[in-house]
Amino acid sequence: MDKIVCACGNVNPAGTELCESCGRPLTEETKEKKIVDMRYEGSARRSQTYNKTIIDKVWNFFSSVKVGMWIIVAILIAAAIGTILPQVFYVPATNETDIAAYYQRVYGGFGTLYYKLGLSDLYSSWWFQVLVGMLGISLVIASLDRVIPLYKSLKKQKTKRHLSFLKRQRIFGMGKSDVTEESLLKTEEKLKELKYNIKREGNAILAERGRFSRWGPYVNHLGLIIFLFGVMLRALPGFYVDETMWLREGETLYVPETDGYFLESKEFIYETYSKEESKEVYGDAIDRVGTIAKNYQTDVSLYKGPEDSVAGHTEDLKFEKEASIQVNKPIKFDNFSVFQMDFRLDELATMTFQLQDKETQQSFGEFTIDLADPQPFYELDEGYKVEVMDYYADFTGFEEGVPQSQSPLPNNPAFLIKMYSPEFPKGETSFVMIKETVEPLGVNQHKIAFQSVETRDVSGLTVRKDLTLPLLALGGLIFMIGVAQGSYWNHRRIWIQLSEDGQTVVAAHTNKNWLSVKRDLDKVTEVAHLPKYLDQQDIDSLEEKVDKEEGV
Amino acid sequence: MAQSKKRRFYMRTAILAVLVVAIVFTVYSNLNKEKNAVLQVGDKAPDFVLVDMDGTERRLSDYKGQGVFLNFWGTWCKPCAKEMPAMDNQYGEYANKGVQTLAINIGESDLKVNSFSNRYGLTFPIAIDRNKSVMESYNIDPLPTTFLINPEGKIEKIIKGEMTEEDIANFMDQIKPS
Repeated sequence: MDKIVCACGNVNPAGTELCESCGRPLTEETKEKKIVDMRYEGSARRSQTYNKTIIDKVWNFFSSVKVGMWIIVAILIAAAIGTILPQVFYVPATNETDIAAYYQRVYGGFGTLYYKLGLSDLYSSWWFQVLVGMLGISLVIASLDRVIPLYKSLKKQKTKRHLSFLKRQRIFGMGKSDVTEESLLKTEEKLKELKYNIKREGNAILAERGRFSRWGPYVNHLGLIIFLFGVMLRALPGFYVDETMWLREGETLYVPETDGYFLESKEFIYETYSKEESKEVYGDAIDRVGTIAKNYQTDVSLYKGPEDSVAGHTEDLKFEKEASIQVNKPIKFDNFSVFQMDFRLDELATMTFQLQDKETQQSFGEFTIDLADPQPFYELDEGYKVEVMDYYADFTGFEEGVPQSQSPLPNNPAFLIKMYSPEFPKGETSFVMIKETVEPLGVNQHKIAFQSVETRDVSGLTVRKDLTLPLLALGGLIFMIGVAQGSYWNHRRIWIQLSEDGQTVVAAHTNKNWLSVKRDLDKVTEVAHLPKYLDQQDIDSLEEKVDKEEGV
Repeated sequence: MAQSKKRRFYMRTAILAVLVVAIVFTVYSNLNKEKNAVLQVGDKAPDFVLVDMDGTERRLSDYKGQGVFLNFWGTWCKPCAKEMPAMDNQYGEYANKGVQTLAINIGESDLKVNSFSNRYGLTFPIAIDRNKSVMESYNIDPLPTTFLINPEGKIEKIIKGEMTEEDIANFMDQIKPS
């Protein structure tokens, strides 16, 4: 491909439509146009010019705005499909088979299909991420391919433009009028007043304002690219953590992903509004729904294990601080935030029993079993003792005579107990469940009588760390600056030239808001007696209208 | 002319390469994160220290030079109950060949772990991960999960779910010090 040498002597890159310097149309196609396409100043977008190697072809593919649009449409459609059914991280199941079963059970055949196609985990699927990545590539390449030539041609533009360029502007006027040097000076003055930058070259004036609005879209793209880069960083270890933990009152647990931090729950607090305190605000609502939550709160202590201690280490925890975690008021430490997210009330914590004579119901002592840590023996009155032989936290029944527990949670505690008494020094065996007792080895004289329970609450906490937030905020800010720059400002140019045969030429261009540039031009025309201009696009549309009407 | 074209070619290749590498890296690490947040085969097994049911302190790094068959389990988990007697048999076979077995219970009570171990007559060391920090650092889900750790302290294999006695024997053989 060769460079194009314009009649004015400027050497333009191949593919240029309007001479970068004087503005003469360079291609046949452009010459035939009544109004030139000013979108990229008629510059040679590089993507359109070279198409030889594979690299060039790939480059051109991503440089195309059309391709970029289709990528966005594809992402939109995919993202929309991902909202039809809940995504996998909202499903109350943790392993693959449970998740598949959940979709099958709740959403039927469609759910199964949705799961099988991988749509249930769409946003982390490789193809969705590749789509977003392609959008990133498109943003970078399309911007590079446009902003550089645009910058060059705006910088290179001559004050004096060729008539063939001016004629093809949407706003154009030409006529013999007695415009003198003095009126040119007046024009300049008026345009300056209107905040235009003036360039003068002989009898030619170029007035320009708001050029920086042309960079709006590229600033906007830069913001998006920074944003995407921030999202990309989340994949790196250490930048982003989003974990959950269940913490029971009285329990001390390791905080996932942290560097040796532990949380102890002192108390979970759930408060509701009472009718007396807030009759005006919540009175009606309380009548309707019963209770309205006022506060969810977990009072915690934060501990840190010794430096360079390994997992499993439970001693020498150093107290760091106390805090009350409330909704949207997390405890913060070391870039981590722990949020109040969920709760379960009244999980069984302890159970208190009496050892009694079955007939007389005489008590031989009381004992309390901590369900999190049952003891093997409980000593009672002189000569009486209870042995807990086994404990089933979530008892579901017997399988071949063996008691079964389906989870470690105390949802339905059951105990295999031996009762020792002076009458039975070898013990009587009893299987104690809630509201029921089985005597597997014959009739007993004694029994375990249930007295009371104590419960504790469980806090559902979310552990969060996101070091990419500042970058995302920066990207968002730059994005918005770009949007504002491109929307609230516009690039207006007015050319005024005195030709040697006494003709005055006026032309104007703006990238948006044509009314304003016309108004500016009207004001200048008034003071400087410039020839009348026409909006050539309006004429076209008028003519078109006439044609159409005639056609009917 | 030719030179500027060449420069443009290299420029474009470089930019495309950077972008493609960034995407491939992101997708790759996200997919791996899904599978197993941090630990993968070939990684160094995170060190931990737990006190077993006999009161002996068990520190993973003390086993350097031996293979470690590290099993995470719960008393309520049925596949665990099935595989543990088999593990005990193989523990007897391989303990003197330099493959140690360590079973870590996730946060249950002493009483429950003892009654379980007595019922099945288990002889290998069992420890309870009370504050779930070992579970977190090994990213355990579901139970049972078994890690094969070779004499160099690297993870040789991660087995999720139940194993037969034959599997267990093969796995232990795999991490036998040479």
